Amino acid sequence: MNRTETLRTMIRKHKRWDMLFGLLGLLAMSVAIFTLVALFVDMAVTGIPRLSTDFFTSFPSRRAAGAGILSSWVGSILVMMVTAFVAVPLGIAGAVYLEEYARKNWFTTIIEINITNLAGVPSIIYGLLALGLFIYTFGLGQSILTAGLTLALLILPIVITTTREALRSIPQHVREAAYACGASQYQVVSQHLLPYSLPGILTGVIIGLSRAIGETAPIITIGALTFIAFLPPVPFSGDPPAGMFDWLFSPFTVMPIQIFNWTSRPDPAFLQNAAAASFVLIFMTLGMNGLAIWLRYRLRKNIKW
Amino acid sequence: MSSTLTLPDNAPPLKAESKKLDFYYGDFKALKGVSMPVYENKVTALIGPSGCGKSTYLRCFNRMHDLYPGHRYDGSIHLHPDEVDILDNSVDPIEVRMRVSMVFQKPNPFPKSIFDNVAYGLKVRGEKSRNFLEDKVEAALKGAALWEEVRDRLDEVAVNLSGGQQQRLCIARALATDPEIVLFDEPTSALDPIATGAIEELIGQIKNKVTILIVTHNMQQAARVSDFVAYMYIGELVEFGATQDIFMKPKRRETEDYITGRFG
Repeated sequence: MNRTETLRTMIRKHKRWDMLFGLLGLLAMSVAIFTLVALFVDMAVTGIPRLSTDFFTSFPSRRAAGAGILSSWVGSILVMMVTAFVAVPLGIAGAVYLEEYARKNWFTTIIEINITNLAGVPSIIYGLLALGLFIYTFGLGQSILTAGLTLALLILPIVITTTREALRSIPQHVREAAYACGASQYQVVSQHLLPYSLPGILTGVIIGLSRAIGETAPIITIGALTFIAFLPPVPFSGDPPAGMFDWLFSPFTVMPIQIFNWTSRPDPAFLQNAAAASFVLIFMTLGMNGLAIWLRYRLRKNIKW
Repeated sequence: MSSTLTLPDNAPPLKAESKKLDFYYGDFKALKGVSMPVYENKVTALIGPSGCGKSTYLRCFNRMHDLYPGHRYDGSIHLHPDEVDILDNSVDPIEVRMRVSMVFQKPNPFPKSIFDNVAYGLKVRGEKSRNFLEDKVEAALKGAALWEEVRDRLDEVAVNLSGGQQQRLCIARALATDPEIVLFDEPTSALDPIATGAIEELIGQIKNKVTILIVTHNMQQAARVSDFVAYMYIGELVEFGATQDIFMKPKRRETEDYITGRFG
């Protein structure tokens, strides 16, 4: 065999391995995608016939056909609002402090390691913390506020980590350019770093919220009710008129709890309700993720280095 | 080794002067006793092989090192006419950066509009009047020979400009605040020859109005744009003099070896 022949044989052998590895990858991906699609289709087939306006505007009921998800989707949205309101400013401020202000020493290193670890703590632990802290110590009750604060703690590590990543991806020469213009550190943070890292921050916030909206364990731990046939009070309505923030202290339920409740009923008609509610929950999550992708795309168009 | 200072007899007025300037990154001594004048409204080029400390020296003039932990200055840089020592601890680095602006190696416009880029230094100084900002931005862009190219798209994002345009925008940003000194840190090393020519021409135009310190790797560039040249090697100033003297009849052997390409 001459030299060229040897080379060609070798290349053919390498290409066979390329092909084999490609096929293996495809197989692995197909298993995952197929499982997901099968589950989703099964749920959609069972649940979609149940979707109607009534389903969204009815309270839960003992009769499966008359039951709806009004209290749970309203509850989910209100809890998410509290979560976002608490987790976003705290998370961003924490990340800016760690990334831009804090000196790198053993203390900040310990804080950093612990934030990463917190992201991996099982969510029920957050529920237990909330039970002890928010309910027994602060006396906030089994309320929307407690749930929002609990989920805010849960997603805080996600918000901090993604914000730090976003800040770190801003090249040093952009910071230097701003400082060289005579900007103070606060001006650099507020006029440059935060606006430029906004796409990353938003992505982190929405990924965190999409995780929070599906969380069940911590909400059950703090004792959310499964059967709620009323809505939290609208500010300044009713008699006597409700206060601005009364809704925060109202009992509530959320989507995953409603679903959990329905799946544990023996009557198969409730399973259909559960499938329909799951379908809605998945669309809420997908909608939030879609929003994140769209916002990131829109905002990143003009941010290049 | 003491630095060789060759002051010409008919020296122009001083704008700044470094005296026995040492600089440390942690324990590493990056500058060793650099004493050198910077003449008003002249271009002074800093040349020398990589790692000789010329960028380190340049970045002392706007206290850029203060952004990073572990820096230490010894010695002084006095700005004239008020004789303030800009390295002194009592002087706020922000004050120094408001008087001495900088153009970097890689064009680094902000991902904001062209207008906001040029106006940024003025906004930091609390300037809010739209009319004033517009006048200043136009003057700075004209000064940076960019006005004709961008006058109709001041609201567009600056990062869509070409590399050479971005660098001229950064020069406009540095000029808009009427600085006393402009520092150039290898401003053309990321640009093609045509854009480089434009920047060199620009430096020739603005030097009547502002004092310029420029770091360059390019010997021809130093010869073309500068009035004075400082040759540095491993943190020390080897020779300082008028550009033609340094290039035609350098006093020291090391300088001659470097500029003739036998070394470096």
